[in-house]
Amino acid sequence: MARRVNGISRFNVTALALGLAFLYLPIVILVIYSFNASRLVTVWGGWSLRWYAEFFNDRAMLDAAWMSLRVAAVSATLATLLGTLGAVALARGGRFRGRALFSGMLYSPLVMPEVISGLSLLLLFVALDAERGFWTVTIAHTTLTMCFVTVVVQSRLASLDRSLEEAAMDLGCDPVRAFLSVTLPLIIPAISAGWMLAFTLSLDDVVIASFTTGPGSATLPIRIYSEVRLGVKPEINAICTMVIAFIAVVIVAASFASKLSSSQGESAAPL
Amino acid sequence: MSARNIFARPARYAAIAPYLWMVLFFLVPFGFVLKISLSQTAIAQPPYLPLFEFTEGWGALKAAFAALSLDNFRLLISDNLYIATYLRSLVVAVTSTLILLLIGYPIAYGMARLPQRWQGVAMMLVIVPFWTSFLIRIYAWINILQHDGLLNKILLALHLVSVPVVWLSTDSAMYLGIVYSYLPFMILPLYATLAKLDPALLEAASDLGAAPLATFWLVTFPLSLPGVGAGVLLCFIPIVGEFVIPDLLAGSSSMMIGQTLWLEFFTNKDWPVASAAAVALLLLLVPPLLLYDRLQRRTLQGEG
Amino acid sequence: MTEESPEIDAPEIEEAVLPVKSAPPAEPAADMPLLRIEGVGKKFGNFRAVDRLSLDIRAGEFFALLGPSGCGKTTLLRMLAGFETPDEGRILLDGKDIAPVAPHQRPVNMMFQNYALFPHLSVRDNIAFGLKRAGMARADIATRVGEMVALVKLDGLEKRKPDQLSGGQKQRVALARALARRPQVLLLDEPLAALDKKLRESTQLELMELQRRLGMTFIIVTHDQEEAMTMANRIGVMDAGRLEQVATPRELYEAPRSRWVAEFVGDINLFEGEISSREHHRLNIWTRLAGTIVAAEPRQRVTQANVSVAIRPEKVKLSRRGPVSDAGTSQAINRLEGVVTDVSYLGGLTVYKVKLDSGAVVRSSMANTARLDFDAYSAGRRVVAWFTPDDCVVLEQ
Repeated sequence: MARRVNGISRFNVTALALGLAFLYLPIVILVIYSFNASRLVTVWGGWSLRWYAEFFNDRAMLDAAWMSLRVAAVSATLATLLGTLGAVALARGGRFRGRALFSGMLYSPLVMPEVISGLSLLLLFVALDAERGFWTVTIAHTTLTMCFVTVVVQSRLASLDRSLEEAAMDLGCDPVRAFLSVTLPLIIPAISAGWMLAFTLSLDDVVIASFTTGPGSATLPIRIYSEVRLGVKPEINAICTMVIAFIAVVIVAASFASKLSSSQGESAAPL
Repeated sequence: MSARNIFARPARYAAIAPYLWMVLFFLVPFGFVLKISLSQTAIAQPPYLPLFEFTEGWGALKAAFAALSLDNFRLLISDNLYIATYLRSLVVAVTSTLILLLIGYPIAYGMARLPQRWQGVAMMLVIVPFWTSFLIRIYAWINILQHDGLLNKILLALHLVSVPVVWLSTDSAMYLGIVYSYLPFMILPLYATLAKLDPALLEAASDLGAAPLATFWLVTFPLSLPGVGAGVLLCFIPIVGEFVIPDLLAGSSSMMIGQTLWLEFFTNKDWPVASAAAVALLLLLVPPLLLYDRLQRRTLQGEG
Repeated sequence: MTEESPEIDAPEIEEAVLPVKSAPPAEPAADMPLLRIEGVGKKFGNFRAVDRLSLDIRAGEFFALLGPSGCGKTTLLRMLAGFETPDEGRILLDGKDIAPVAPHQRPVNMMFQNYALFPHLSVRDNIAFGLKRAGMARADIATRVGEMVALVKLDGLEKRKPDQLSGGQKQRVALARALARRPQVLLLDEPLAALDKKLRESTQLELMELQRRLGMTFIIVTHDQEEAMTMANRIGVMDAGRLEQVATPRELYEAPRSRWVAEFVGDINLFEGEISSREHHRLNIWTRLAGTIVAAEPRQRVTQANVSVAIRPEKVKLSRRGPVSDAGTSQAINRLEGVVTDVSYLGGLTVYKVKLDSGAVVRSSMANTARLDFDAYSAGRRVVAWFTPDDCVVLEQ
């Protein structure tokens, strides 16, 4: 396939370039059109910020955005706590009773169709007679995203040399102290990557949120989704651009923070 | 007892909170889905019967159990409409997974052959779209594919077509959307195995007289099969239950099972049938899920 | 072996801060070693890693556990550190059973094979890690870290992180970190395996020097016999979870107790045979491949008839005709005739393979004392390989 076995052939570069263009072009186009002055989404009417202004005057959209941010922040934090604990148990707990069920429960939501997760959680909330809104969505998102956190943190723990923990114990730490003073600082990058992942997944979700939210507490994706079903609106372009920018800022900030916190070269896998 | 155990005991306590959480919010809800899939529709709140009222004693509970039935499942397998949605889900999932593999493999291969310092950059570039909202990415395509969208404009300008082509609400649009959304899921596991491939193996193959293409088929591809398996399953499983993409990009003439579930639940308010559809979807996914689990375990062992 | 007390270098603060570590200056009673391992066994599943092993180690010793990989030496070391718990037997440190003592409370420290330096901590913080855990005062920690840094010659690198250090520097940090708590016993798990040959050799000397100065008890695990013989006062050779022999390096080499040890430690020529007669502390042993060999009777009387005769290659001398037998003296000479088949020039010495008429091959290594040796034996030449009865080790089968 490659002309030179070790080098990069023209074929490789072309495949890669086309692939990346395919991944990025639609987003770039969307961003450009969000600055279009024209009401018609397809006619270029010059640069303008009018659709951004529109968004900031749209009460319902603003509420939905605020709701989404709150849900994402709270569920990501909960998910990071629970997911990290789960990862520690799986990576360091050895064999314990119920481990198979535990890892099964933590892994299946990764590939479980969202319609099933959403439906099942809704049925639970109905049976518990819980009022649907902020907390039900937050719980649903925590359940989904903690599994991603577990995967990220567990893979970091698995690659961590276990003799580091033994060395800490040898030097006078009991197991809990050894974890806190040696293991934890080393997996912090993975934990923060896990939080980020949970945050963006929550900010992104339509299906599960649609099932588990109640009237009057729509999240931003639910709003966008119902607007998109009715057709393309320039305001949506602007909102999408802002979401993308927001996530980009968060990612960049987090990667800087984790680089500062650990000057060692090992960085956590972003996925 | 060993060092592992000294550390393991406190580590196990860490399982308690996530364990309870997952039992309550993952396992128990499935019980509800199963139970309601065996119930009957009712015009009430909640809209199904029987309700289990534990306060009404053993007799009532027994009666409630007796009222459970497989009627919803009978409906699912007797109605051609439901069977069609099943088949369509499978066809769409298989087709898009194949397309994904065909597109994803060369990209992953190209990434793995890059000089070391560029590989990380390339990986970031593949992952970053994954971080941006999935919904937004679909929406970006609607922008491009709509009647007077960019694609038609370009085609018209190049005189490739004389009238705008209908892209939206077609299967092509849906496949495009699916491939676009799931591409990183295919590329990353493929890249992970291809990057681990020792270049010395390729050199050895060519040293032993294999032409580049033969080297690829005889060495590279067989060694990348674990990655192929992971990528295929990682895409196939969620695509079967996909809802948003077909809903936004495909026509309404035929539906996938996720859409049926959604429709029964939100529009027809038929919770029992929606639950039955969920159970059926889950059954459909059990074999690939088990396969995936086995594959993961083997890779973990291989690395351990 | 050193006669210094292990506490000779320890500053006074230690008494106050690390009472466990400084427990009664390990002044071992004649009958009580510092460390006593009694019938210790450990199984992993069906695999017997350590098989009812007993061993005494005295205070101030530099002891090496030597064996091939998988022989159980690392498991034994990890049991001393507390990372593995014996299934049976007892480990006594200073006369006290340490089974119930958790690893972090044992007055024993370990230097890990891959060093296990904490990558997020600087050199200084790595060394101070164990001292902080012991609750030492800040100023004392600073002093102790300074001493350790000087001891292992790491001055100027205190602020570096482990990944900014070379392999040799990492090794020193690991050593300093393990020594900082002044353990009663320092365990070293293949401490030099990651270093290149030159560095390894100089580090061996430094470790020996350090151990002598501190008077501390070192137990090192290694698969490298040269390393063990260079550094240790005593060596325990392990195989399949058992100790094959515990002896000084010299005894181990010159008087191996079993065929396995003889073959594992150094190179050796072996002939199987049967004792045909005994006279004046001489055994006449008839071997199928080398005829009758006259060997000195070992101090421990040989009881079996079937034995092996082992001769180290450097004891086998070559000559064209062999020395003239000094008839009348008690010094009988063993002479084996054959043809040189292979000559390997190794610099300091040359190894010859001589094929005997019986078909057996005898190896002989001779020092290259002259730069130009026109008399060197070349392949195809007929020679006599000879050795004295005292060169032979008789091993029971």
